[in-house]
Amino acid sequence: MKSNGVNRTLQAARTQELIYELKVQQAMTTKVITVEPENTMEDLRQILKLHQLSGTPVMNEGDLVGIVSVEDLIRSLLEGNGSEPVKQRMSANFVTLYADEPLVHAVQKFERHGFGRFPVIDRKTKELVGILTKGDIIRCMLQRLEIDFHEQEIRRYKPSDWFAELESDRTTLGLRYLIQGRNFQRAGEASSKLKQNLRTLGIAPEAVRRITIASYEAEMNLVIFTGGGELSAFVEPGKVTITVVDHGPGIPDIERAMQPGYSTAPDWVRELGFGAGMGLPNIKNCSNELKLDSKVGEGTNLQFTVFT
Amino acid sequence: MTKTLKDIAAALHLDVRTGEHLLARTVTGGYAGDLLSDVLAHARKGSVWITLQTHTNIVAVASAKELCGIIVVNGRTPEEATLRKAGEEDIPIMVSTLSTYDVVCQLCEMGVKNGEGV
Ligand SMILES: Nc1ncnc2c1ncn2[C@@H]1O[C@H](COP(=O)(O)OP(=O)(O)OP(=O)(O)O)[C@@H](O)[C@H]1O
Ligand SMILES: [Mg+2]
Repeated sequence: MKSNGVNRTLQAARTQELIYELKVQQAMTTKVITVEPENTMEDLRQILKLHQLSGTPVMNEGDLVGIVSVEDLIRSLLEGNGSEPVKQRMSANFVTLYADEPLVHAVQKFERHGFGRFPVIDRKTKELVGILTKGDIIRCMLQRLEIDFHEQEIRRYKPSDWFAELESDRTTLGLRYLIQGRNFQRAGEASSKLKQNLRTLGIAPEAVRRITIASYEAEMNLVIFTGGGELSAFVEPGKVTITVVDHGPGIPDIERAMQPGYSTAPDWVRELGFGAGMGLPNIKNCSNELKLDSKVGEGTNLQFTVFT
Repeated sequence: MTKTLKDIAAALHLDVRTGEHLLARTVTGGYAGDLLSDVLAHARKGSVWITLQTHTNIVAVASAKELCGIIVVNGRTPEEATLRKAGEEDIPIMVSTLSTYDVVCQLCEMGVKNGEGV
């Protein structure tokens, strides 16, 4: 085979691999429209037209007895006989495929016999289970190539793999977000971006959800109660650790602040729906480990970990 | 019978302000509340959220909890920035002229109930 690029050769190699890997049953159409030997050619014409087919198997009481195609129909119509039965025109010498054969057999048979379609039968029961056209093969291969492509993308991003490849005693991926105090318009942006990134990294959705909720609560506390600070996420195999640091005013009584319902939010903030005193308890519920340090006049340092 | 946002929007005559193309979403339950942390703590994924809040943070909350949509009550007008953000985050926002209580009553009548789940 000639080819004009490495990429094309690789693609070609992959499609070749695929026709060995894929089975007929993965590509075939399982909803088979059939006709009976006693149906007229006119019936056939309507069925082919209705389902936009160019041929169909002929079934007699559950047994496959032939194949009839649009060519047979044309020949019959040319001879002016729409009322003759299908059995007069069908080919009784048809070739079948087994459902569990590799697609490569089908490709060879298409080349050898020049037929447009093959009925597919089950190797054991000998029952008709589907029908295969060249179009089916192409569709199946394209889908498969697309899945391959997606899997490659995910693999490229899968942190467990990078972590395995990067040699160190402890590999951590760090993401850092600056949070502006008192800026309600941009509030929530950090946790929203973090969520997207964790998804991209392939972290389990349930863990991402918990991290997002906890980060959002922490971010809002910085926006409401402080002049701003920083939220950092450290991704490691098996866990994500978030640290949220600000520079004041600090929390005088941490134990009290952790109590559900305790809030010092001013009225105008409460009107926006904050100040239920549920933020810190929510963070605690969403995380596996939590540490909160604070010094009045200096700042607060919150750290929590979610196992992934 | 499962209900979609579209069913709800039609039955309650909601004014769909953004996310028209997402109304085929199934509504798996509901939550009513105006305190954001409370919603973050208790609303279940896939629920519709009934609130009188209209500022941008409702989108962040709905998105973090993966809620299916927001119904703003009492005919309040969502802020422009809220609608913009809702568009970005794929959160439909619909407005009802009714109160929270009346919206909940109607949803209940339609058979929107909280099932199992988080
Ligand atoms: N970073 C911080 N700096 C200073 N004070 C804080 C900080 N975080 C929390 N606090 C104090 O702790 C209290 C409880 O916080 P929490 O997040 O639980 O509730 P809230 O923010 O008041 O209300 P909600 O989170 O429900 O909207 C706050 O009211 C505030 O007094
Ligand atoms: Mg808070």
